[in-house]
Amino acid sequence: MPRFGMAIDTTKCVGCMDCVVACQTENDVPVGYCRDWITTEVRGEFPNLSMEIRSERCNHCDNPPCVKCCPTGASHVSDFGKVVLVTENKCIGCKACISACPYGARYVHPEGYVDKCTFCIHRVEKGQDPACVSVCPTHCMTFGDLDDPNSNVNKLLASRKHHTLLPEAGTKPRIYYLT
Amino acid sequence: MLEITSTRHNPLVDPSVHVWGWEQPVYLFFGGLVAGMMVLAGLSMLRALREERGAGDYNVQTPILGFVLLNVGMMALFIDLAHRWHVWAVYITLKPYSPMSWGSWILLLVFPVLIASALVRLPSAWPWLGRRVPMLGVASDYLLARTSLMQLLAYSNIIVGIGLGIYTGMLLNTMVARPLWNTALLPLLFLVSGLSAAAATMHLLSRLVPAGPAPQTLIGGGIASLLQSLDPMPPERKKSIALARADIAFLAVELTLLALLLLSHFSGSASQIEAARIVTSGPYAFLFWGGVVFAGILVPLVMQLLELGHRIPHTIIPAVLVIAGGFALRWVIVFAGQLSHVLSNPGL
Repeated sequence: MPRFGMAIDTTKCVGCMDCVVACQTENDVPVGYCRDWITTEVRGEFPNLSMEIRSERCNHCDNPPCVKCCPTGASHVSDFGKVVLVTENKCIGCKACISACPYGARYVHPEGYVDKCTFCIHRVEKGQDPACVSVCPTHCMTFGDLDDPNSNVNKLLASRKHHTLLPEAGTKPRIYYLT
Repeated sequence: MLEITSTRHNPLVDPSVHVWGWEQPVYLFFGGLVAGMMVLAGLSMLRALREERGAGDYNVQTPILGFVLLNVGMMALFIDLAHRWHVWAVYITLKPYSPMSWGSWILLLVFPVLIASALVRLPSAWPWLGRRVPMLGVASDYLLARTSLMQLLAYSNIIVGIGLGIYTGMLLNTMVARPLWNTALLPLLFLVSGLSAAAATMHLLSRLVPAGPAPQTLIGGGIASLLQSLDPMPPERKKSIALARADIAFLAVELTLLALLLLSHFSGSASQIEAARIVTSGPYAFLFWGGVVFAGILVPLVMQLLELGHRIPHTIIPAVLVIAGGFALRWVIVFAGQLSHVLSNPGL
């Protein structure tokens, strides 16, 4: 069984938000909400500045606190791809998972259940890339199986410097940012 | 300098997580209060059994009142659920790592224990109901005649009460993303705070509604069954002193746990230090120092010590302050905790 993850090249990302719009369209995300977003991080003092632009979303952690705290099992790790998903009709809307997520990746859907990035698993099952990956004009995102040593994502991680978000939280995130 | 800009704009999540509103502190407060009342009721039942005094003194009204207060707390939780009509889903599974799952199942134990404990004295506490439902009297006599069953009920109250009190803190403390909550001291703090609020509530009731014969009417009897002690033994004054002594001990332990919690945070990671600062010098500092520490713990502690030393007359002021302080503690912890978060590249 695959274990999906993503490598995002921050040196290519220009923050155009195509990924955000593609996700909203593909997944019918309600107006005013987003499953993925752009974070811009500027460091240093002028003129010695550096900037990193990142497309962020649920990190589909290997140690997901949102799944652990869920009282009903609505938040779960899928068998196919080890993706963190929410079963709508099992979710009671207690919001514990939103508090438990260090990345702010979840929100309460206007219909009451908690919603989040699914890695577009419905597309991946058909052999397609997630919507955000497929529309990126700079091809900065690479999606694939982290357990397959020959996958493109693993080749990138082997050859490029990278970091994850908040590794100190101990959640073992599966979105890697190439620097 | 580090400047972070995000395009994310999700309600209840940005600019900082604020998914839980007033409902959560209300639920945690009443859960803790009822937990404390169950432990005190269990201890009182055990003492009464040892002294062969039947049903004990403060356990008379606590299970009935506890049942009502727990339902108030549960109602607050239910209102807070965003997908509330799917709440049945918690009872088709047990998730060992989810405190909320454990709490849901613990509640299934709490209600039968409260109801069984309430049955012990309900017919005599509410004679109107006892006359109309003779089965209540039969159940009450059955329980009272069997010491082993009463002991089982007493121990059940203590064990389930401790479980419920700990759960109210566990609910928050397992979240690694919220450094203020992420300490094993929180369940103990909430348990002891629940015990002190429970002692204060029983103290307040015994002062406001003196023990006496139960009213025979429907409404009067119903209200009295919630609030009034029937048993004149031990004398009211002795009872007040016992409750004040218990409350002093609980408050002292609570103050110690609170100090330990802050100390462990201030000696911890940058995220923990920042989390503690939200409480001690951030937006919740006034409520924390003024409401929780000064008015909720120190003032009632000193007042009750002076009362026991006969320096000042006994009043209901310490009990009222302790109850308000217990609620303020939940309020500060829930809201400040949501503001706290794991810091990225701290120090930059």
